[in-house]
Amino acid sequence: MSEIVATQVPHKRSIPFGQEAAGALSIIVLGAIGYFLYPDDLAFLTRLIGIAFLVLSLDLVTGYCGVATLGHAAQFGVGAYAAGIACVRGITDPIALLAIGVFAGTIMGLISGALITRFRGLPQLVLSIAVGQLVAALANKLSWLTGGSDGLSGITPGKVFGIFNFDMYSRTAFLFSLGVLVIVFVLLQRFVRSPFGLMCRGMKDDDLRAKMIGVSIYPRLVVMYGVAGAVAGIGGALTAISTGVVGLDSVSFERSAEVLVMLVLGGAGHLWGALAGTIIFMIFEHIVAAANPFHWMTLVGLLLILIVVFAPRGLIEPVLSLASRFKRKGEAA
Amino acid sequence: MRTVFSIMIDAVAYGMVLFIISIGLSIMMGLMRVVNLAHGAFAMIGGYLASYAIRDLHVHYSVAILMAVVGTIIVSIPFEILLYRRIYRKSDPLIQVLMTIGITFFIIGIVNFIFGPSLKSIPLPQTLSGPLDIGFRMLPTHRIFVIACGVVTALALWLLIEKTEFGIKLRASVDHSGMADALGIRTEIIYAVTFALAIGLGAFGGVVGAEILPIEPFYALRYMVTFLVVVSVGGAGSILGALSASLLLGLADTTGKYLAPEFGDFFFYLSVIVVVFLFPHGLFGRSHA
Repeated sequence: MSEIVATQVPHKRSIPFGQEAAGALSIIVLGAIGYFLYPDDLAFLTRLIGIAFLVLSLDLVTGYCGVATLGHAAQFGVGAYAAGIACVRGITDPIALLAIGVFAGTIMGLISGALITRFRGLPQLVLSIAVGQLVAALANKLSWLTGGSDGLSGITPGKVFGIFNFDMYSRTAFLFSLGVLVIVFVLLQRFVRSPFGLMCRGMKDDDLRAKMIGVSIYPRLVVMYGVAGAVAGIGGALTAISTGVVGLDSVSFERSAEVLVMLVLGGAGHLWGALAGTIIFMIFEHIVAAANPFHWMTLVGLLLILIVVFAPRGLIEPVLSLASRFKRKGEAA
Repeated sequence: MRTVFSIMIDAVAYGMVLFIISIGLSIMMGLMRVVNLAHGAFAMIGGYLASYAIRDLHVHYSVAILMAVVGTIIVSIPFEILLYRRIYRKSDPLIQVLMTIGITFFIIGIVNFIFGPSLKSIPLPQTLSGPLDIGFRMLPTHRIFVIACGVVTALALWLLIEKTEFGIKLRASVDHSGMADALGIRTEIIYAVTFALAIGLGAFGGVVGAEILPIEPFYALRYMVTFLVVVSVGGAGSILGALSASLLLGLADTTGKYLAPEFGDFFFYLSVIVVVFLFPHGLFGRSHA
């Protein structure tokens, strides 16, 4: 485990904000590839970015704090519903809607964090599921507010900064989402290397030792959950804005399970792992699930088993170890 | 009065089905500390096998149950040897959750590939399908049969665990597997037998309860949460806990569906949160920390 920390915290930072700039640049390059090579699939790519926020959020609690949760879609869904309801009720500025999503997601994150992180193991897992299902049940039953099983539709956000309209090819939606992703990603890169983030990782690796050096674990986990809720809320609000509908699937158990699969596929405990997992999973799903959903399930199951058995740190791990070896070689030379 | 009585019968039957399926999961969690989310998937395999046996091989219901249980255990053996052994008693629940979700997805995909993605009925024999006259009221025979199965299962398990040598070894392994190992108990054999027992009970429950929890393509996912909740509320490894939690949840769910169908799920999960928050190790569970 000390290996990861060593790669994440360089001894001396040669270029200030170098890592952040590299991260932002890579996402922009990936976005540009998507934008120019697949102009017909922009709606799908926008949805992918929305889910990427949820996976990043899950990474914060699962990858960095070791909380096993199967109800993380609740934060995403609450953000999406809050933004959607606000939009239907007359607030149409996309930035304001994002803020509403963040706020709702944070509140939801704090509430579920307070419940879920109290225990470890089975009670934690069952509580996370129960919280997720509770939100799903509420979203289904409060149909005067959320549209129930028909979903919340008629979300027509205004122009971004008063200039860019949301077009039917989702160009604006895609670029807007990409911009938000870059900002959030850079902020998260700083955040996970802050003393707070490092302490969370220490608690994950050995909570008893963390307790012994005087860390109060529970409040930190709740705060981390709040941050994760904010990130998930952004994803939810973006999805609501760009697709114009919020359905029950955004709070479903399947969504929670899927994002966990994405995270582990890419590699929990790395922001890049979360992004890579989302991209690989969503693109494969886009292709295979369209052909036959059951073949898709078999494939996902097999993939998950193989990952857990052979590469429990995810697909990003070989890439990272290669990069660190390369860096060490460069330092020695 | 009539409504109350029919609610009670339905609730108890539903609770018994939950009990038969979940008790295997509960024993596994108590002994091997495996959060086996794929338990419902094995129950589903049992249901599909029984449906195939009755409708295509035209065997009797009792033979079909036997075939389903034995068949599911045989199917589960490679999973035990290749996968489950790696995660027994490993403390990281995330790894267990991921692997067993993977197994669930895999089984759902394969089962639907082989048997086709449709609802599978398990036709009841003549003796179980009609109503039964118990003197002052007519009852559906199948419900009575399910309740009887649940009671027999509970008693048999109690005898097995409390009165036999296997039970003694099993309890020793639950309490302290390292010490049991050191005393010459072959814990890996105990684990394997318990796994087979748990899977067999799951398959049995899946077949017997098919009238109440219909066998359908996403059975394993749909009831995954329910089974887990039963174990969590009852306390892992406790027969009494699983039985009372099953009956309690069966009663809550059935009553909710009869009286307030609008908010059934909501109150169900709310009560689960309250119970788990107050009793993190379940009503009858013990701390394994």
